[in-house]
Amino acid sequence: MNAQTLYDKLWNSHVVRQEADGTALIYIDRHLVHEVTSPQAFEGLKLSGRKLWRSASMLAVADHNVPTANRAAGITDPIARLQVETLNNNCAELGVTEFRMNDVRQGVVHVMGPEQGATLPGMTVVCGDSHTSTHGAFGALAFGIGTSEVEHVMATQCLLIKKSRAMQVRVEGDLRKGVTAKDIALAVIGQIGTAGGTGYAIEFAGSAIRKLSMEGRMTLCNMAIEAGARAGMIAADDTTISYLKGRPFAPQGELWEQAVAYWKTLHSDAGAVYDCVIDFDAAKIKPQVTWGTSPEMVVPVDGRVPDPALMSDPVKREGAERALQYMGLTANTPMTEIYIDKVFIGSCTNGRIEDMRAAAAVAAGKKVAKNVQLALVVPGSGLVKQQAELEGLDKIFTAAGFEWRDAGCSMCLAMNADRLSQAERCASTSNRNFEGRQGPGGRTHLVSPEMAAAAAIAGHFVDVS
Amino acid sequence: MRKFTLLDGLVLPLDRANVDTDAIIPKQFLKSISRSGFGPYAFDEWRYLDHGEPGMDCSKRPLNPEFSMNQARYQGAQILLARENFGCGSSREHAPWALEDFGFAVIIAPSYADIFFNNCFKNGLLPIRLPEDQVDALFKEVEAKPGYRLVVDLEAQTIRTPAGVAYKFEIEAFRKHCLLNGLDDIGLTLQHVEAIKTFETKHRAAQPWL
Ligand code: SF4
Repeated sequence: MNAQTLYDKLWNSHVVRQEADGTALIYIDRHLVHEVTSPQAFEGLKLSGRKLWRSASMLAVADHNVPTANRAAGITDPIARLQVETLNNNCAELGVTEFRMNDVRQGVVHVMGPEQGATLPGMTVVCGDSHTSTHGAFGALAFGIGTSEVEHVMATQCLLIKKSRAMQVRVEGDLRKGVTAKDIALAVIGQIGTAGGTGYAIEFAGSAIRKLSMEGRMTLCNMAIEAGARAGMIAADDTTISYLKGRPFAPQGELWEQAVAYWKTLHSDAGAVYDCVIDFDAAKIKPQVTWGTSPEMVVPVDGRVPDPALMSDPVKREGAERALQYMGLTANTPMTEIYIDKVFIGSCTNGRIEDMRAAAAVAAGKKVAKNVQLALVVPGSGLVKQQAELEGLDKIFTAAGFEWRDAGCSMCLAMNADRLSQAERCASTSNRNFEGRQGPGGRTHLVSPEMAAAAAIAGHFVDVS
Repeated sequence: MRKFTLLDGLVLPLDRANVDTDAIIPKQFLKSISRSGFGPYAFDEWRYLDHGEPGMDCSKRPLNPEFSMNQARYQGAQILLARENFGCGSSREHAPWALEDFGFAVIIAPSYADIFFNNCFKNGLLPIRLPEDQVDALFKEVEAKPGYRLVVDLEAQTIRTPAGVAYKFEIEAFRKHCLLNGLDDIGLTLQHVEAIKTFETKHRAAQPWL
């Protein structure tokens, strides 16, 4: 048999049947659900009189709309409340496991799933959410789907899709101090662009990737979608296996041994062929900061805001001009001279325990700068929050002047009360800096947790490396 | 799903690259639990001068006169002409729902983000990829000629301009078949219940921990 990529292995083991034009019916092992993209799917299923194929494959949580403060008061926004209640009712009615708002296991769906061991190597994982690519960190085939597809999976446990092309992003060497998986992600996107991975499934490989913790791997795969790739993935190895051991949804005993034996085969074979390979030198990556309104508009922190006048492609130039205007920035300004108004540490990109620790280490014994009106730390899940509090990280944050909140998407997309006001500038550990993403007129700079915490303390961006 | 065969429609240009789904339908409208009614909020932040919230009566809101959607010559447009990487970002199907609800049936652009592209087909919207130079030529013509229309023929896979130029476009055979016949994916898949069950049994035997 020919040498296969990890993607080939995951794909081949899930094909139910194939059309003449290559469209395949793919079996789905895990279906994660949140409140925003599921109500219309549940409704569609009911209206057509169809049944849920396998409720045990599903795991649901409300994350986008939930408040991160004063949960005892419930959700005050009536429209948001209705959406969360709709999820609660649908799950109760159809026997779908859901972690409700006041359950300690509640959290951002992409933090909660892996934490529970609900994402396992070799699985196909889908969710009506583009950052489902996160779960590829476990050697799984994981990708975001639309609501019609959510309904399709509910009714058939399958999806109709075509195989993507395979891209390998190889990062070799050692990262410098202060440089994280987030910086790798932004550096990759800066180079290949937000459409660079369109039509591809990206496998991240190389010694720098193998050295990453599971948290770091999730951060990286999370942002594969920001490079245009529906799926990002990393081979399963000992790091993956030890992360999963003992988690509630992971297999136990005899089955665990059997599973581990299989998981160890989930890597690309030597000599496997990719449609495209891109190499990065880990040692050359510096902490990254975005300057514009697309994740590809990014520079190293010791760089400057680029000058659109020097861009030869007219579409790019116009985009950069618009972005600078929206962001209220002038070409050639050093990134370290950009002052911020708010800080957001959290999201499915950087809301895990390791991120909390990294930010706390920077904030310890310091104070948030006067010009920073709000520095928000939002753990990715109730369990992350619990663990952080056990380690005393909450105390470090609050002593430094950060606010310590309950788990949810929060200011990553500002569907709840946490948002930027017009023209406010934010150092954010989330994944999207689109216009209005964190609030109408808000200006987002994407950075790592270390960089966000350091910016909170200094009041402007600083080089943590 | 509605069938798509032939469309003779007015064209609306949206001359920006990397238009993301947050821009197509901002997040505050995602709180709805219904599939319809998103049209008035399509491109909300660019289209109106005030800040939109769900439930607002959009007929009374101040329009941004600069935005093409608000210009008299483009009213009633059914074809959206766009730039590269259209529909990037969030997987929200509310984006195609909003475009469809607004009245679009066809999008023409050099490239799309994968999830958005896929979502369009599930809603009877036809996203067409044309090479960059052809899209450029179309932008020039639309802007030069008020009332500019195109004829999109899915069966023949062509776009005809008023001057009689025909651009050929590609589409996967299976997607074309589904659109032409207005077929529902779930119904199609359920014709293979036995194959799914057989697969499932085998798969669970191989990985009993699943
Ligand atoms: S944290 Fe942000 S990116 Fe992640 S699921 Fe929530 S809204 Fe989406």
